[in-house]
Amino acid sequence: MKREIAGFREIEHTADWELEVWAPDILELLKQAALGMFFLSGAQLSDGPRLTREFEVTAIDPEGLLVSFLSELLYYGEGEGLGFDHFELSLDGEKLCAQAKGAPFVSLDKEIKAVTYHNLEVRDEPGGLLVRIVFDV
Amino acid sequence: MVALQDLKRISDYEWEIPKSYREDMRVPVHIFATKRLLEKVMTDRSLEQAVNSATLPGLVGNVLVMPDMHQGYGFPIGGVAATRYPEGVISPGGIGYDINCGVRLLASEISFEEGEAYLDDLVSALDYFCPSGVGKKGSIRMSEKELDRVCRDGSRWTLKQGYASEMDLRRTEEGGCVEGADPSKVSKRAKERGRPQLGTLGAGNHFIEVDVVDQIFDQRAAGAMGLKPGNLVVQIHCGSRGFGHQICTDYVKELQGAVRRYGIQLPDRELVCAPLNSTEGKSYLAAMRCAANYAFANRQVLAHHARQAFEQVFAGKLPNWHLFQVYDITHNMGKIETHVIDGKPVKVCVHRKGATRAFGPGSPELPAEYQAIGQPVLVPGSMGTASWVLVGTETSMQRSFGSTCHGAGRVMSRRKAKKQVRGDKLRQQLESQGIRIRAGSMAGLAEEAPQAYKDVDEVVETVVGAGIASKVARLRPVAVVKG
Repeated sequence: MKREIAGFREIEHTADWELEVWAPDILELLKQAALGMFFLSGAQLSDGPRLTREFEVTAIDPEGLLVSFLSELLYYGEGEGLGFDHFELSLDGEKLCAQAKGAPFVSLDKEIKAVTYHNLEVRDEPGGLLVRIVFDV
Repeated sequence: MVALQDLKRISDYEWEIPKSYREDMRVPVHIFATKRLLEKVMTDRSLEQAVNSATLPGLVGNVLVMPDMHQGYGFPIGGVAATRYPEGVISPGGIGYDINCGVRLLASEISFEEGEAYLDDLVSALDYFCPSGVGKKGSIRMSEKELDRVCRDGSRWTLKQGYASEMDLRRTEEGGCVEGADPSKVSKRAKERGRPQLGTLGAGNHFIEVDVVDQIFDQRAAGAMGLKPGNLVVQIHCGSRGFGHQICTDYVKELQGAVRRYGIQLPDRELVCAPLNSTEGKSYLAAMRCAANYAFANRQVLAHHARQAFEQVFAGKLPNWHLFQVYDITHNMGKIETHVIDGKPVKVCVHRKGATRAFGPGSPELPAEYQAIGQPVLVPGSMGTASWVLVGTETSMQRSFGSTCHGAGRVMSRRKAKKQVRGDKLRQQLESQGIRIRAGSMAGLAEEAPQAYKDVDEVVETVVGAGIASKVARLRPVAVVKG
């Protein structure tokens, strides 16, 4: 079966959640990771007015950016009950500028405690980048 | 992947991965398991993670893994590692995001026969009084200043607020307050997350469960704890909520730089660490202790709510409906303790991640009533299966830094569990066995199905066989509130 150029899939993990994410470049990888994270948590967003949150995160490497970006989204999820399904991202050196668009959760099956650095490595693969992320749940 | 032939058999219940297995190991790994349990974990990465943990600078003795082990992140779940104080390291990944996740056991004088007719009302009342589920906030509103007091005082804060008794505190590990907590080492964001969540259960594998004392194995120890056959008891399993998660997230990020500064080579970035006597190590320890105290206070407030539920259901119907505390233990924590190594007392930082402290008889840390029997150890099973009350032993002090198992331990991934089990069917099945269920999410319930866990009785037989705990009582579930 031919794989989409960008996407995510769940990997077996005994206790936590592991997500494999692939994309042609780092910004698309971040977006797919976010979509995958909300998919895993069973997030259903309301059809009401769309909300936007803008933020910046800084990290010295792609793995750090990934953890910081996803952690920021989890923060809005827990604090404001918001989930996101559309992202506009730009990178300025080590700084990621993010505009996340979404809506309040209608339902959420599972709580993600944290995004871990466990064996986290953004790898160059034919066709782009690939990473496996373990979430503590 | 570690294979069976890489292991050296010490006894039927203990195995060694020698230091020679991998060049970067600083100490051997000892695994408490039967051959059967060991073969089960060969399919995941638990043992590889234990080997990774054995590379931390400053380790003493062996890295230990309990029979309820399973794959985690950084350390395996069920991992115990001690580093020399103060030059050894402390690793947030060796403690986990849910700092001071733990279990509290409350007992009653209500027999199952007396209480049975009210169990439906009781599980609904527990569900009502104890906020649970994703993103739930508690009933306590507090300022940042007040949260700082919780960080410093833990359960002592709850005593001042009228949520606790002196006996509750005496029967809590560390008296419900770890000294050395410094709220100035906690981020604003962690405090923001922590303020509304005190007195909440959360989600995932956290629960409040009503059990019946099914069988007593040690009359003397059970008597000291007030456990009587056939009586109802309550277990509360939760931790430091978003407050602890954020503190761990903050420091795992911060220490990514520290390992470079201290020239520490690690096989996994989740194992980042800093020397205990470094600025970074001291800051993490002080912040972790804030989360530990928050978690003690959290379980205490939930115990208060459980008491409110018992009062609502039983007051006026039964003469004595009060819940008294048996003990409260932590199973995710880093603690400075003194252990005898090669015949000499050595001050160490014991990392327990999914492992319970199990101090033996005579330990000065125990309250007077438990001095003769050893520290109560609370081992919850999975929904629908037994839980256990054990005690620590002299052997646990000698062989496992006073530690033992913490639960049944997962054996099936959440993905597989969801594929094999439907939440609503599971609920029906458990209710047909006489176990009342209240759950925030059916998908979440399916992930926590009993078949996703090892047999808790086998895990307990293993730690008892290894001598690192001794049986006191077996508990049978009759009602569960899942987050």
